[in-house]
Amino acid sequence: MIEFTDVVKAYGHGSPALNGVSMQIEDGEFCFLVGPSGSGKSTIIKLISGELRPTSGTVHVNGYNLERIRKREIPYLRRTTGVVFQDFRLIPKMSVYDNVAFAMRVIGAKEREIRDRVPYVLELVGLENKAKRLPREMSGGEQQRLAIARALVNNPSTIIADEPTGNLDPARSFEIMSLLQEINNLGTTVLVVTHAKDLVQLFSKRVIVIDDGIIVSDGEGYYDED
Amino acid sequence: MKINNLGYLIKEGFRGIFLHGFMSFAAICVTVACLLIVGSFSILAYNLDVMVQKLNQTSEIMVYVSSSLSDAEARSIGTRINALENVEKSVFVSREDALNKFVNDHDNNAAFNGVQAQDLRHRYVVTLEDNNLMKKTDEQLKQIPGVDKTNAAYELAEGFTTIQNVLNIASVALIAMLLVISLLIISNTIKLAMYDRRDEIAIMKMVGATNSFIRLPFVVEGFTLGMVGAILGFGLEWVLYDALVEKLAAVDALRLFTFVPFTGDMLLPTIITFFSAGLFVGIVGSWTSIRKFMDV
Repeated sequence: MIEFTDVVKAYGHGSPALNGVSMQIEDGEFCFLVGPSGSGKSTIIKLISGELRPTSGTVHVNGYNLERIRKREIPYLRRTTGVVFQDFRLIPKMSVYDNVAFAMRVIGAKEREIRDRVPYVLELVGLENKAKRLPREMSGGEQQRLAIARALVNNPSTIIADEPTGNLDPARSFEIMSLLQEINNLGTTVLVVTHAKDLVQLFSKRVIVIDDGIIVSDGEGYYDED
Repeated sequence: MKINNLGYLIKEGFRGIFLHGFMSFAAICVTVACLLIVGSFSILAYNLDVMVQKLNQTSEIMVYVSSSLSDAEARSIGTRINALENVEKSVFVSREDALNKFVNDHDNNAAFNGVQAQDLRHRYVVTLEDNNLMKKTDEQLKQIPGVDKTNAAYELAEGFTTIQNVLNIASVALIAMLLVISLLIISNTIKLAMYDRRDEIAIMKMVGATNSFIRLPFVVEGFTLGMVGAILGFGLEWVLYDALVEKLAAVDALRLFTFVPFTGDMLLPTIITFFSAGLFVGIVGSWTSIRKFMDV
């Protein structure tokens, strides 16, 4: 579960990036976070992943209190959340299999577990036949699916997707969003940060709208840019 | 970090070297170059030190025995001279031997016709353990009954000591400076290698790798690069030094200088210096460089 209570986050002396944000995303929920550039979406993601600490207010993510979390606990918080980025952030010199296995290896998984889990996750995202390819040999949609596989492989309770369709055409965007919905159907909480109004309305899920550091609306399947 | 991951982390460290081949090559080249510069200067300083020490050891005190003493009495003074703390050895030179040497050392023998051994005095050539204490020992020698006069070249001995001291200070300062410069250059090269891999580190952080897990392969990599740099640097230094000494030995004008062989007393300190410097810059360089990329 992700819970923000009256969160303020200020950088330096300027106006705060988040100004009293309160929201709660329950386990197993699918939720869109939308808003214009500079509205505070990235700050929310950074707070959830432990990159930043709130200036005031409390943030709870999957049982961790981000206000009090110790530096050495942050890697363990991050293992509970998988993050997917617009620019995929894959390791170009590693094969599809190794990109996913890498995420397991760096948290100390055993080789046997890796051999069992990676093919399963690649199958889940439809890349089982491309395990030996390098990222540059794949399309944008496939690369994003690989990024999702990497985010999923450690079985996190939450997936955060930051503009996952930003670099994709409409058809591939729909595929990716469908994949995220499938993952959500398996019980994983999914938070998608996006600008893609059509997709938000098409999938008809909970939409949190943020503007100028304040949540301006929070409801089902509705996104009005005005 | 679990113990069963250690093998993987070490393997990753080695894999990183080949995966980022060009940066590894650059780091090794810089390490070799820096170690060669530091090593060559240290060896040069060591050779100069040995040469000055040898020249200094040739400083002696000439002790003249009173003419009034019989031969047996003159010879008995040797025991008292040798009993002095700073005396390494003393050689008795009779007045007859002194005259013979004097005549032999000069081409015009006729000039010494009429000079009798009785005109000269028995003497001792005294070699000291520490030439810094020449003046004190000279005073002690003068106190020995039967000693008429001593002849000690203080200025020369002091000159050698001054040269040796200046050389030592200059060497330590220059070697320290070169080491710091080398560390900075190598550290920067490793930083560039890390910069090349910042995305990989960011991904590791993102998926929940602990700092020690991220750091260890880089430290293994730094250790290995430092080791390879040290081995190559050491080998190259050996080959270059031997070649240079061989060339210099063939030059007549440099016959006076004797160079310490690489495999002699110098070998162990050189091995220790090269390997500790290589490991130090490799490990410290990678450890400090990666710190910058850990705050993700």
